[in-house]
Amino acid sequence: MEVILPIANATAAAIARVSAAFNAPHARAVVFGIHIDGHLVVEGLLIAAILFQLSRKSYKPPKKPLTEKEIDELCDEWKPEPLCPPIKEGARIDTPTLECAAGPHTTIDGKEVVNFASANYLGLIGNEKIIDSCVGSVEKYGVGSCGPRGFYGTIDVHLDCEAKIAKFLGTQDSILYSYGISTIFSVIPAFCKKGDIIVADEGVHWAVQNGLQLSRSTVVYFKHNDMASLASTLEKLTHGNKRTEKIRRYIVVEAIYQNSGQVAPLDEIIRLKEKYRFRVILEESHSFGVLGKSGRGLAEHYGVPIEKIDIVTAGMGNALATDGGFCTGSVRVVDHQRLSSSGYVFSASLPPYLATAAISAVNHLEENPAVLSNLRSNIALLHKG
Amino acid sequence: MVRLPYTTALTTLFSYGLLFAFGQLRDFFRQLIDWFKANDVKGYAPICLGLEDFYVRRLYMRIQDCFGRPIASAPDSWFDVVERYSNGSDKTLKLTSNTSRCLNLGSYNYLGFAAADEYCTPLVIESLKKYSSSTCSVRVDGGTTKLHTELEELVARFVGKPSSIIFGMGYATNSTIIPCLVGRGGLIISDSLNHNSIVNGARGSGATIRVFQHNSPAHLEEVLREQIAGGQPRTHRPWKKIVVIVEGIYSMEGELCKLPEIIAVCKKYKAYTYLDEAHSIGAVGQSGRGVCELLGVDPADVDIMMGTFTKSFGSCGGYIAASKEIIQHLKLSCPAHLYATSMSPPAVQQVISAIKVILGEDGSNRGAQKLVRIRENSNFFRSELTKMGFEVLGDNDSPIMPIMLYNPAKIPAFSRECLRQKVAIVTVAFPATPLLLARVRICISASHTREDLINALDVSAFVLCRIFFYSHTRKGILILIVPIFVIIHSGYQQSW
Repeated sequence: MEVILPIANATAAAIARVSAAFNAPHARAVVFGIHIDGHLVVEGLLIAAILFQLSRKSYKPPKKPLTEKEIDELCDEWKPEPLCPPIKEGARIDTPTLECAAGPHTTIDGKEVVNFASANYLGLIGNEKIIDSCVGSVEKYGVGSCGPRGFYGTIDVHLDCEAKIAKFLGTQDSILYSYGISTIFSVIPAFCKKGDIIVADEGVHWAVQNGLQLSRSTVVYFKHNDMASLASTLEKLTHGNKRTEKIRRYIVVEAIYQNSGQVAPLDEIIRLKEKYRFRVILEESHSFGVLGKSGRGLAEHYGVPIEKIDIVTAGMGNALATDGGFCTGSVRVVDHQRLSSSGYVFSASLPPYLATAAISAVNHLEENPAVLSNLRSNIALLHKG
Repeated sequence: MVRLPYTTALTTLFSYGLLFAFGQLRDFFRQLIDWFKANDVKGYAPICLGLEDFYVRRLYMRIQDCFGRPIASAPDSWFDVVERYSNGSDKTLKLTSNTSRCLNLGSYNYLGFAAADEYCTPLVIESLKKYSSSTCSVRVDGGTTKLHTELEELVARFVGKPSSIIFGMGYATNSTIIPCLVGRGGLIISDSLNHNSIVNGARGSGATIRVFQHNSPAHLEEVLREQIAGGQPRTHRPWKKIVVIVEGIYSMEGELCKLPEIIAVCKKYKAYTYLDEAHSIGAVGQSGRGVCELLGVDPADVDIMMGTFTKSFGSCGGYIAASKEIIQHLKLSCPAHLYATSMSPPAVQQVISAIKVILGEDGSNRGAQKLVRIRENSNFFRSELTKMGFEVLGDNDSPIMPIMLYNPAKIPAFSRECLRQKVAIVTVAFPATPLLLARVRICISASHTREDLINALDVSAFVLCRIFFYSHTRKGILILIVPIFVIIHSGYQQSW
């Protein structure tokens, strides 16, 4: 108790003296008519100290860029890998070389063989009418089209072919591509950009996978041809997520899967698409001209109106016995591709004789629906055996 | 390289600003009108949001009739352009059954193989009857015919490499081959003005991409030194391999690549070279063998040579020529070889016959004549255009000549005026070229005669007077008034 009292007295006295010093009259000065109190001096000194510290450079370890000599040494030491890896033993390089058309019977090395390798579903290779129309086209237009679609590469047969396919399928418009696989890997990046969501089947073939990779969107795979897995994936993506309304969402499936041969259940997919508001991109390379009563594809096979599928693409190198591909849908979908699909804008157009072949093939399919029943009976025979 | 004058840049920017302002105004009214209309695709995000397709809707649609003109005959030196009309709003163009015979200065027909040829067409028709129009199979599973193997050997011999592989589409060649050669951990250094197919292939490969200034070996060396010394980003591990991709003739500039210097730089730093000769194979060089022959480079110095058959050979498809090991590796791993329908046999036959004509193996000297004609035509046309006062890009001997326009209003003016005078030319704007550097691109063919070229020059002189006169002689207010005048009168339409 006795120790505290003098200390308390001493501190009180010190505080009194300091405050007196601050409030002392001699600490007050008048500069230009403004009263300067003592605390202003202290604050001024503090500000000066802060400014001084700020103006000093902070210490950073000095950067030592590589000298030219060091870069030369690094460049000399660097050893690149060979451009291609060495070929493994036993890798197959020789492929069978055909000596005539790839029809149902063909010749390899002088021997006649039965051809189960070509995707000649309707047997149109070697069809006289198609070959005659192609001959007429080659004589009139030459072989190549010598330009992209935007720069005088649009020939009237291309426009006829697009109109024919759209009329055949019952859609509003269609667009032709010059190569089968380039169709799907140009369509997907044209519509799906970074930030969009794509739900794709696990078993899609290489060209679709390439398109998905090029699109840079978020890709979520569901189990191959498993609708329960698709439903749960769609639910997971949209559940409680308000932002999905503004993002573009797509489901990418194939009608007949190239890698497994299974058929996608379109009615179930359409039901899920309408429930969760996704757009469907349907790859019909192997089902166009094959499925459906008159060969109009998966939509006819399941009795689904074609308007419900937003984008249908197909390569024409299978049933139609020609080359190239097409994409069909509403006018908005097709017009968008004419300027933003890289495989359409930056590439030469389809050779005119192949477009003529496509028109003749579709005509043949319309006039002779019996080819489909032949195809189906052959398929049934092989499955039974 | 193009050097943009200061006043031209200002006027071009002003024109684009005006177009942008008008476009925004129309978008605003369109939104207002759409408020009252019902939208039947509720719940789906629109295909293009906001300003994503602003350029297409408001700028491209105004001059839509200058692009995508359909033709009704072979794309030879004279062809029939189908006339189109629009019912007021330029959104849809309807075809008429009228055609007008025009001089073709737009198609890639360098050696004149576009139309029916006396040697090639009978052979093509024969192969059509024998092999039909398609093989319907992939190359490895029954899609290879005798024609395909013959063409691969012929291309390898023509280009000067041990072996080659062919594909049905030039675009797919680039975009599927590059991922097979370089992968993650590799570096691709490509020219800044490379074609979209190379860019797509490079992106799809997963390798790091760096760009060097167009046609500048000095900058390439700088980039190589920096990258080899620095290594992979973040980890600084050494690069697995470096591939430098250049083109023989750049299609929008008409310039030849500085190949000898670039090859020297690549050899010094052990980088691999990939040469895309889409426009130069068959069109330049003493015997049509491309830029290597023209610039005196040994084909063995270029690791991979790529080309297309669309331009000089009048067919479709592309090829890669390289050493036997690389081609064997590609045959085993390239997706376009393993999964895509093989090239159509008549198209293969067309290329075989065209190469035989060029080499003189068909028994005549038509090939040599064609090569001399295209060289003479290109040089004559280029020198005459330069004398007239046009700003023409490109090097001598190159059959591509871009004429600079800059101002967006000149694009439809030039194109429509030339079509009225029965000359069909190609105008190129954004996004194929930078925004301020719109141009006319002329492609000369060996089938153009001297009279055709003189006719084209007369038409160019006439159009020059009508359009360019103002900007070259009258500065000031006329530069601002003419674009407004042309924009309002050439493109006015209802809201889309």
